Amino acid sequence: MKIIAVCGMGIGTSVLLKLNAEKVLKMLDIEATVEAADISTARAASLDAQIVLTTPELVDSLSGISAEIIPIEHFFDLEELNTKLSKALL
Amino acid sequence: MTLLESAFAKNSIAIKDRVQSREEAISLAGNLLVSSNRVSEPYVLSMLDAIEKFGPYIVIAPGIALAHGKPDESVHETGLSLLVLKTPIDFKHSQNDPVSLVFGLAAKDHDSHISLMAELAEFLSDEQNVKSLMQSSDVEQIRQLLS
Repeated sequence: MKIIAVCGMGIGTSVLLKLNAEKVLKMLDIEATVEAADISTARAASLDAQIVLTTPELVDSLSGISAEIIPIEHFFDLEELNTKLSKALL
Repeated sequence: MTLLESAFAKNSIAIKDRVQSREEAISLAGNLLVSSNRVSEPYVLSMLDAIEKFGPYIVIAPGIALAHGKPDESVHETGLSLLVLKTPIDFKHSQNDPVSLVFGLAAKDHDSHISLMAELAEFLSDEQNVKSLMQSSDVEQIRQLLS
């Protein structure tokens, strides 16, 4: 299972998303790798990914990719990540 | 010393009463990265570019922005800066406005700062820490909080 966390530059928000997603996946006992990517490389990086996590603002610029796109509003809210990832994966 | 503590070099933290715009706030946080020797000036433009191009999602939690540019040759060393605004400013974010804490982030590449981000996330997920940062009145106090 591969998950991509995407933000504009791939160093700030996406890294926070990656870290928190890893925590949640561990809690859910799901094995997955999470990679941070910037918006320009996300399309290529998502080719073999099941899920793309990103901010609501960037959802439109990712349209057309085959992975499921999950917008995340609060990066520090593990609850939100937990609910959305569980819904997609369990 | 924790990674978080050492990420803030000398002259990387400031407190200001008010700014006129989110762009001014980002420039000031960027200038703190310049004055603390983490980046050269073009990086500040890259930070402004990012919000212009990708929108205000850098407001990562209520009251907190993490402004950053592109990892390139304008970054000398990975590090952070912090601008505390006594009067919060709108970043035009749908939910997390207004912003009081503007962090500037400089990263040399996509992964060398991941443990630093983990420490920052850990620190900011404690509401008491966020509250104390917002209320602090001098830089020394902020340094102690971060250590």
